[in-house]
Amino acid sequence: MDYALTETQQEIVSLARQIAQKKIKPVREHYDQTEEFPWPIIEEFRKADILGVYLPEEYGGMGGCNMELVLVTEEISKACGGIALCIATSALCAIPILFFGTEEQRKRFLPQIASGKKLGAFAITEPGAGSDATATKCAARLEGDHYVLNGIKNFCSTGNAAEIYTVFATTNPLRGARGISAFVVEKGTPGFSFGKKEEKMGIRASPTYELVFDNCRIPKDNLLYKEGYGLFIAQATFDASRPGVGAQALGIAQGCLDETIAYIRQRKQFGQAVSSFQAIQHMMADCATSIEAGRALLYATANAMDRAIKPAVAKGIAEGRVIYDVMSELDTQRWTKESGMCKVFCSDTAMKVTTDCVQMCGGIGYMRDFPIEKYMRDAKITQIYEGTNQIQRNEIAMMMIKEAAAKSRKELVAA
Amino acid sequence: MILCIAEIRHGKLVPTVFELLTAGRKLADALGSPLAAAVVGGPAAAQAAAEAVAARGAERVYVLAHASLEQFLEEAHALALKGLIEKEKPAQVLLSSSALGRSLAPRLAVSLRTGLASDVTEVAVGPDKHMRVTRPAYGGNLVTQLSLTGRPEMATLRPMAYPRLEASGKKGEIIPFAVDPSVFKFKSRFVSFAPEQTSEVDLSSAEKIVSGGRGLGNAQGFELIRKLAQALGAGVGASRATVDAGWIPYRHQVGLTGRTVRPRLYVACGISGQIQHLAGMSASDVIVAINTDPNCPMMKLANYAVQGDLYEIIPAIIAELARVRGDAPHPAGAAA
Amino acid sequence: MSLHIVVCVKHTPSATGGISIDASGKVKTDGLQYAINPFDEYAVEEALRIKERVAGSTVTALSVGPARAEEALRAALALGCDEGVLLSDPSFEGIDSYASAYLLSLAVKKLSASKPVGLALCGKQTNDNESGQVGQALAAWLEWPSAALIKKIPSIDAQKALVERSIEDGVETIELDLPAVLSVVKEINEPRLPSLKGKMASKKAVIPRWGAGDLQADAAVVGAAARVVPLASAPPPARGGGVLIQGASAQEKAAQLVEKLKELKFI
Repeated sequence: MDYALTETQQEIVSLARQIAQKKIKPVREHYDQTEEFPWPIIEEFRKADILGVYLPEEYGGMGGCNMELVLVTEEISKACGGIALCIATSALCAIPILFFGTEEQRKRFLPQIASGKKLGAFAITEPGAGSDATATKCAARLEGDHYVLNGIKNFCSTGNAAEIYTVFATTNPLRGARGISAFVVEKGTPGFSFGKKEEKMGIRASPTYELVFDNCRIPKDNLLYKEGYGLFIAQATFDASRPGVGAQALGIAQGCLDETIAYIRQRKQFGQAVSSFQAIQHMMADCATSIEAGRALLYATANAMDRAIKPAVAKGIAEGRVIYDVMSELDTQRWTKESGMCKVFCSDTAMKVTTDCVQMCGGIGYMRDFPIEKYMRDAKITQIYEGTNQIQRNEIAMMMIKEAAAKSRKELVAA
Repeated sequence: MILCIAEIRHGKLVPTVFELLTAGRKLADALGSPLAAAVVGGPAAAQAAAEAVAARGAERVYVLAHASLEQFLEEAHALALKGLIEKEKPAQVLLSSSALGRSLAPRLAVSLRTGLASDVTEVAVGPDKHMRVTRPAYGGNLVTQLSLTGRPEMATLRPMAYPRLEASGKKGEIIPFAVDPSVFKFKSRFVSFAPEQTSEVDLSSAEKIVSGGRGLGNAQGFELIRKLAQALGAGVGASRATVDAGWIPYRHQVGLTGRTVRPRLYVACGISGQIQHLAGMSASDVIVAINTDPNCPMMKLANYAVQGDLYEIIPAIIAELARVRGDAPHPAGAAA
Repeated sequence: MSLHIVVCVKHTPSATGGISIDASGKVKTDGLQYAINPFDEYAVEEALRIKERVAGSTVTALSVGPARAEEALRAALALGCDEGVLLSDPSFEGIDSYASAYLLSLAVKKLSASKPVGLALCGKQTNDNESGQVGQALAAWLEWPSAALIKKIPSIDAQKALVERSIEDGVETIELDLPAVLSVVKEINEPRLPSLKGKMASKKAVIPRWGAGDLQADAAVVGAAARVVPLASAPPPARGGGVLIQGASAQEKAAQLVEKLKELKFI
């Protein structure tokens, strides 16, 4: 399918594909088994300049936006969704800084993420606060020129391999959801340490860690935007990052399907190729159709978001202001519904496609020394993190109701 | 006159000249021309080589001997041969496309202002009395016929493309050709030579691969695999079972979770042919399988299946290769 | 002391497996995808590594070919070469290695007029015609020393190079005075991937084109009075398949197999 990618986008895809096929594919099983962090691959990402494709040129990026991040994530995920994750978490860390940070904060943190010198991570989940982020207990107390953080974050992807963290902590427990704030914390800050490392079903090349804050003092200037805006920042970030999860899921699905087709074309049973049986062909067709549908939704959403966001970003940088303030002035649309749809559809597709692929491969599809089962194990998390698909559906429905209400109000006024 | 250029390596004559003489004989008979050879080297080596060549097919052997020519330097050898060719004016010049031949022939051709066809597998005389050659191209996917019209007509022959001419009992004339050392002002120098026990051929670019599987029985089995690989100028591959068992490092693993390879020749020894392994090498041009089980997937897939104990078959193959080649080590340079 | 390095690249069909011929025995080139000759990628990588080893050095990529060969030069630029020059002219169409090497030597001389070239690097051969002659032929045209089949360059500076060449039974170490021409084999390095910034820059780069006039090429040398004339091409004879090698003993079977391997020109 021709998606009318720009020349730059085509170069990005081509380069990401070369890295995925030549550098990642040969070692993905190793990293899945050992759970070591793939530093040699990160080095390849750095040399290729692909870690900053979605960040503005002013901060060392390539000047792209969501679409470019989606393309890179999708290509890398075709080889390994676990290794692709560090790109996504670095974006999760960078986006709040980009949209809600001051020019000084943007200059301080973004170039390091764009160059890949440092990886980023996003720490919001706590043992008692999963889908319900309002239950955040990790606290930040203002003391003179510092905030002092205390508490635990868990299930932080990229864990101890990152060096810049966007962390959510409550500055005013009495205000509940409105009392949570967003901070940037750097690795090595005294009082910031790592706790348990999780052993996971899939995406095992990505380290998932507990973060422990024990009287961790961070500069006051590490607060993003204003106190109390934490959850709002998180929501806005997720709106922008959900296409990335969709891209990861889609890449996993596509990579899995491609390898499955190659295998079932040569595997013969009853004197014919497995791919010649109608039952299999129907599964193949359904898998491919869902992936194409997901891709079309994903690319359309990413492109639409970019058309709205890029002018705001450019203006904000030119005027040295917080980009979110510019977006508010420009009345930039919220993309909650559309990005939610991408995430839900692509992740559900990935789970279905990878499950069907294991089925199409038969017994060998279940074996660890055959690449297919890893895709299925990796796909599952995409339905869960960055907002479970159940929460996504809640959000989509809520936005639909809001839109319908707004529409009927307009009609009333007009009438 | 057809002139075949002999190669002297480490002071010893390389038998490829007898392949050139077989091809040259064919041309000589078709054209009614004399068949000659040239040896270039240090005085003692060149003389000994000339004797051997004169006894085995060449009607005339020119000897270009000088201490400066003891080690191969393309600058030096090209200059010396240029002098001979300009004087004796052979109509055709043949060299082997060995490492030396590949280094020497293009320089020599340009210095003679003539064209060169390289790595040919067949020579003949066309109706226009010019030499016609056949050579592979496009990764062996095509075979091309070329006509040579320069003067002299030069070609390098792929080693083993022609059999080696046997001694005929007749002895050719040995003709010393004076080399003028005053022109030897060279800008390169031989420093040293290190014989190589095993050349680690990179699997992904190897033209030939010999792989070992569980049928080897133990890690020592790979010694035999390496010997066969060396004899064929091939890379060494392995099945996953042997890597998991620690018999050979992972970088040799061929298969879905190792490397996917597309060599022109894949020799699978003691490998049953699990799906994962086949996926990594089934695109090879020619597959040879050696196994005790004639019904295993690899034997069924192979173009040539040899049933038997690899510990008997492989040594027999190595011995046969040595017999067929005479003294020469395996053909042309690194497989990459 | 720095080195001005030249690396020669060719734009060749990417998938040689899909090659077919027409009724008259000519290779069909319509619809073929082209890319930088894979063997040349190793030469480009080595040129870039030498640039890093010898401070202040620069790398110029050269290619003889039609307009599309610019892509090979842009690929070299994206990897880090400093400039690229295309040698292209209608009269260069269909020339052989002898003439290509001649044209490259003229370009090297032209470049040397403003900045003396100290080293020229070539790949072992192309993946289409596979003659493997251009490197050594170029050296002969330039009257420079040369060495082929180079698998390692242990030391190099602006005056000299110490190189290891791969021969059948081992490795020879040769020392050359620069300027010289080296042809390298794949074992010499692992080519880098381009960076996005490199790719973007290479798209904007201006690539000069030198024709027969710019090079002052002698038409008699380049000309169609070619010395090596292609007649016709054909697919190779079909390889036999599914044969169980016969023999009463291991020795007999081995003999049969080796005979087959000889027939197929594998040994």
